[in-house]
Amino acid sequence: MIDPGTVTALTIVGAVVGLDFVSFPQAMLSRPLVAASLGGAICGDLGIGLLLGVLLECFALETMPFGASRYPEWGPASVAAGALAAIPGDRELAARMLPFAVLAGLGAAMIGGLTLVWLRRINLSVAGRYREELAAGDASAVIAVHRMGMVVDFGRAGAVTALFVLTLLPIREVLQDRLDTVDGVTSAAVVGVIAVGVAGSAVWKVVHTAKGFAWYVLAGLAAGLLMTLTT
Amino acid sequence: MTAAPSLPLGTWLRVFARLFAVQGSYNYEAMIGNGIAFAAEPAFRLLPGGRDGEAYRAAMARHSRYFNAHPYLAALAVGALVRAELDGENPDRVERFRTACCGPMGAAGDRLVWAGWLPFCSALGLLAFGLGLSAASVLLVFVGTYNVGHVALRAWGLRAGYREGLKVASALGSPVLRTGPLHVARALAAVAGAALPLVLARVHAASPGSMALALALAAILGAGLARWQARVDGWQVGVSLLLLFFIYTVVR
Repeated sequence: MIDPGTVTALTIVGAVVGLDFVSFPQAMLSRPLVAASLGGAICGDLGIGLLLGVLLECFALETMPFGASRYPEWGPASVAAGALAAIPGDRELAARMLPFAVLAGLGAAMIGGLTLVWLRRINLSVAGRYREELAAGDASAVIAVHRMGMVVDFGRAGAVTALFVLTLLPIREVLQDRLDTVDGVTSAAVVGVIAVGVAGSAVWKVVHTAKGFAWYVLAGLAAGLLMTLTT
Repeated sequence: MTAAPSLPLGTWLRVFARLFAVQGSYNYEAMIGNGIAFAAEPAFRLLPGGRDGEAYRAAMARHSRYFNAHPYLAALAVGALVRAELDGENPDRVERFRTACCGPMGAAGDRLVWAGWLPFCSALGLLAFGLGLSAASVLLVFVGTYNVGHVALRAWGLRAGYREGLKVASALGSPVLRTGPLHVARALAAVAGAALPLVLARVHAASPGSMALALALAAILGAGLARWQARVDGWQVGVSLLLLFFIYTVVR
């Protein structure tokens, strides 16, 4: 059972990375690579948190936040998923848990994305309350609307993180005894193959219009394969 | 065009710091409009009459209206709008500029940052992981590299916007925005090409035979998803495959 102190720490970190995603400062602390590592570290296993972050980052390459489009919110979801994957002292079970942790992270990111739509509606409603003052150029109204937006975003991200943690960790407890069909190495391999395949196609989408891209991919691939074989 | 009046250092720093929160009240009506007014506000205090002046209130009212651009390139707009207000430009001209620059600043930023710099830095982070660097080093490589570009772009945007004023369109033709995406895409191709096999090797620490099989399967999946990208989203296929595997591991 997870202790309240850990839930609080995860919630605060989730709120910070959630705020980072859109409102402030967009330093990419909300990317899975960072957020899942933080979640794992809080729960005692930075390494497995990073591994999960790498796998989620492969999926995140497919969903960049273009314009006003709807996209997954990776921060709070990755913090919760990192916590889910971290089972200190039992790397084998943690590896078996990877498919569930990645799936949970992806699902939570979708749900988190929906809450961003709600946030924008709340921001609109707050701005609506100050409509006359904003039209009159009242600086205090501009600052009030802005501060409220960031406070609501911080609270939203924290609440979403707490919800994910409190929902997913009990499910993990139930699953722990049922994941004995496939060993950890195979579980990690299957998740790795899927994640790398998705990342490969995501990168291709971005680079295939660049002149001469194939040569750069081939050069990189050759170097990567060489290092894989020699290390 | 006359030389830009110099701004006090404190004003520069306040405007620059506020740019990082330009999307703080993002909504579906004004988009980042309120954020533009919020970021530019410290500079508007220098308008005739200060905070109590008519010019200050008129500028705040104008700039809290609808505006949309890439958040990082909003710095370019804020710089230009501050200059225009301090130069006492005609409000109609300022309004036309606001309307005209939304599209180009959005498209240029998306191409350079969301489709270039961010995936490149992600790939760099994956490469660091694949090479076996420590967790702290991986995070430092990713966050550090990304934010060097991020902070530099915002700082360049603010300075270029203020220097050029409403003629800032020329800044949109700068090498960074014109050819930058091409160079970043090529670098991304090379780094991702190297990173992905190494990531798979580190995730799947197994025999060379099974590693070759894993690489082949990932390549087939990636090629298939790229081939049918117009019909399916790669991550949705990935989630479906993962779900099937998860069900298999639990139900069997």
